[in-house]
Amino acid sequence: MIDITADRFLNFFRLDERFPHILCPGCGIGTIMGTMVRAFIDLGISQDELCVISGIGCSSRVPGYLDCDTFHTLHGRALPAATGVKLAKPELKVVVIGGDGDIMAIGGNHFIHTARRNLDITVIVVNNFTYGMTGGQYSPTTPTHEKASTAPFGNVERSFDVCFIAKAAGAMFVARSTTFHVAHLKKMIELALNKKGFSVVEVISQCPTFYGRYQGIGDAVKMLEWLKSRSVDVSRVADPWQVRDKFVIGVLHDQEEVPPYTELYQSVRERAKE
Amino acid sequence: MRQLLSGNEACAIGALRAGVRFFAGYPITPSTEIAEYLARELPKVGGTFIQMEDEIGSICCMNGATAAGLKAMTATSGPGFSLMQEGIGYSVMAELPCIIVNVMRGGPATGTPTRTSQADVMQARYGTHGDHPIVALCPWSVRECFDLTVEAVNISERLRVPVIVLMDEIVGHMREVVELPEEVKLWQPAKPKPPREDYYHYDDTNNYDAPIASFGEGYRIHLTGLTHRKDGFPTDEPEIIKWNLDRLRAKIEDNRSWLWDLDYQDLGAETVIVCYGSAARSAMEAKHQVELKTGRRIGILRLRMLWPFPSQRLIGLLRSARRVIVPEMNQGQLYREVERTVNLNVPVVSVQRYDGEMLTPEEIIAAI
Ligand SMILES: Cc1ncc(C[n+]2csc(CCOP(=O)(O)OP(=O)(O)O)c2C)c(N)n1
Ligand code: SF4
Repeated sequence: MIDITADRFLNFFRLDERFPHILCPGCGIGTIMGTMVRAFIDLGISQDELCVISGIGCSSRVPGYLDCDTFHTLHGRALPAATGVKLAKPELKVVVIGGDGDIMAIGGNHFIHTARRNLDITVIVVNNFTYGMTGGQYSPTTPTHEKASTAPFGNVERSFDVCFIAKAAGAMFVARSTTFHVAHLKKMIELALNKKGFSVVEVISQCPTFYGRYQGIGDAVKMLEWLKSRSVDVSRVADPWQVRDKFVIGVLHDQEEVPPYTELYQSVRERAKE
Repeated sequence: MRQLLSGNEACAIGALRAGVRFFAGYPITPSTEIAEYLARELPKVGGTFIQMEDEIGSICCMNGATAAGLKAMTATSGPGFSLMQEGIGYSVMAELPCIIVNVMRGGPATGTPTRTSQADVMQARYGTHGDHPIVALCPWSVRECFDLTVEAVNISERLRVPVIVLMDEIVGHMREVVELPEEVKLWQPAKPKPPREDYYHYDDTNNYDAPIASFGEGYRIHLTGLTHRKDGFPTDEPEIIKWNLDRLRAKIEDNRSWLWDLDYQDLGAETVIVCYGSAARSAMEAKHQVELKTGRRIGILRLRMLWPFPSQRLIGLLRSARRVIVPEMNQGQLYREVERTVNLNVPVVSVQRYDGEMLTPEEIIAAI
């Protein structure tokens, strides 16, 4: 195991030019960013072979703080942009990070198709059940009946299960964790990064500024307690896809690898030349 | 080698010769043959073709490939072009060189998929939000579909801008026997030299063709659609917002002198037809017929570049004209630009056709 010195950790950030960051105090996104970086360092992923890509939202601000190639694209469009980068430079490690709104609402179609194509990309979906950046509107993951700035009388829509959709669309690896379970989260990210093909980690995160306030859960500390009390490990449930009242955390889907898009396309090139 | 090609095929061949190695697109009539040709030919030269889930994905995917260092292109038509607009704005803002071909059909909405039009002249100019100029080229023949696609790649690389190739359905589908050059002149963008501490992705010395790095080259660049500083990081400082937008405008405006490229003849004539695309073919025929019958000389000024609109140049060239005719297959999109920006003290006549049929020489003769 590689020893993570504080130096290596700090070197991974664009400290001089980009901090202080814009996230609210107590937001879970900072935890996720730090955990991601620890995973990169532990896996020995060099800053020069890594491209971190996002769309628009609070979660999507993460790449701007990391000292590697970073690509802050349009709202919902991180995955097609990542597809272009990966196809152009298959040797790059490509990681996408974004919110539930960015990846599952406006980017929902791209999400299922990138999974279906099996691009060798790791996607970290920061699920705070709301649109943080635009002020707490309901998102495709907001549970029915809950309040949001655009659902003052309660949300009438049914919500998406990010992991279920990822698996159904053809992801090779799907896991869930939370910002309370930091060591667990790091493990899930590492497993995803090591998996060849499309891999997804859903991270349930706290947005105390909006979601915590609208649902009456309280501040960041209360939200972390709420995450702890609401989570259950996948080994303790009979069928993770049937659980509705808890966050089932752990590896939910891990299938035998099939060749990713870039490898298949290389064989297209060879056939085309014949 | 002489060969029979359609405009769409010639465009695809031009892209390959110009070094385009990436295509992302979504099928739409009448542009589809470009995608089909490149799906077959790109893998043979080590390139990549991908059919995306929609046009929004296509342009964003293309932007990704460009950011990672490939010459890239997409092709579409009206409705798909509309879907791409936000992504075109991203290419402008992040200064990603790329080619967007729009083989025009009629609209609004699904409009006339199999008919022709020149109705996206203004969409090309003003389609995406925000203040910025754009470069749009407009071929009139199969050979020019090849030439202007090569030209589009060179301009895009040199100025780090998206370049739009506006073809109408007639030009895209028309077949002509052409002889394509074996070699084409290509713009060679310079690569930055280390160390990366000295590297700025956006140069503030108005060196628009300054060397730029791509992903994966060790420069750890940051690209964003947000207004950014010269190092690429976002800011909302008023001074830098203005610097950013001035830069985007100036790099096209300051280079008008070599961007300008008009075809013309008989500019001493009292009647001059200002035209582009397939309408220029009818205009040429109209000119010949009138000259043959009446002996009167008719001038033709054919635009190969619609944007930035060459108003100053037109003012000079049209100095002796007594009457200007602008035939086009829409409700007068370029006519208004000619009238507005050239502001001649002579009548400017708009000849329009927008029923999906080709504008005929007779209709132009009637206006002469
Ligand atoms: C095309 C477009 N539509 C809408 C927006 C406004 N917008 C910015 S961020 C955002 C949602 C962010 O929510 P989410 O993706 O869940 O991320 P979070 O901020 O919660 O991390 C929206 C709707 C935009 N930038 N672009
Ligand atoms: S609004 Fe919510 S998600 Fe956004 S930074 Fe603040 S706490 Fe985090």
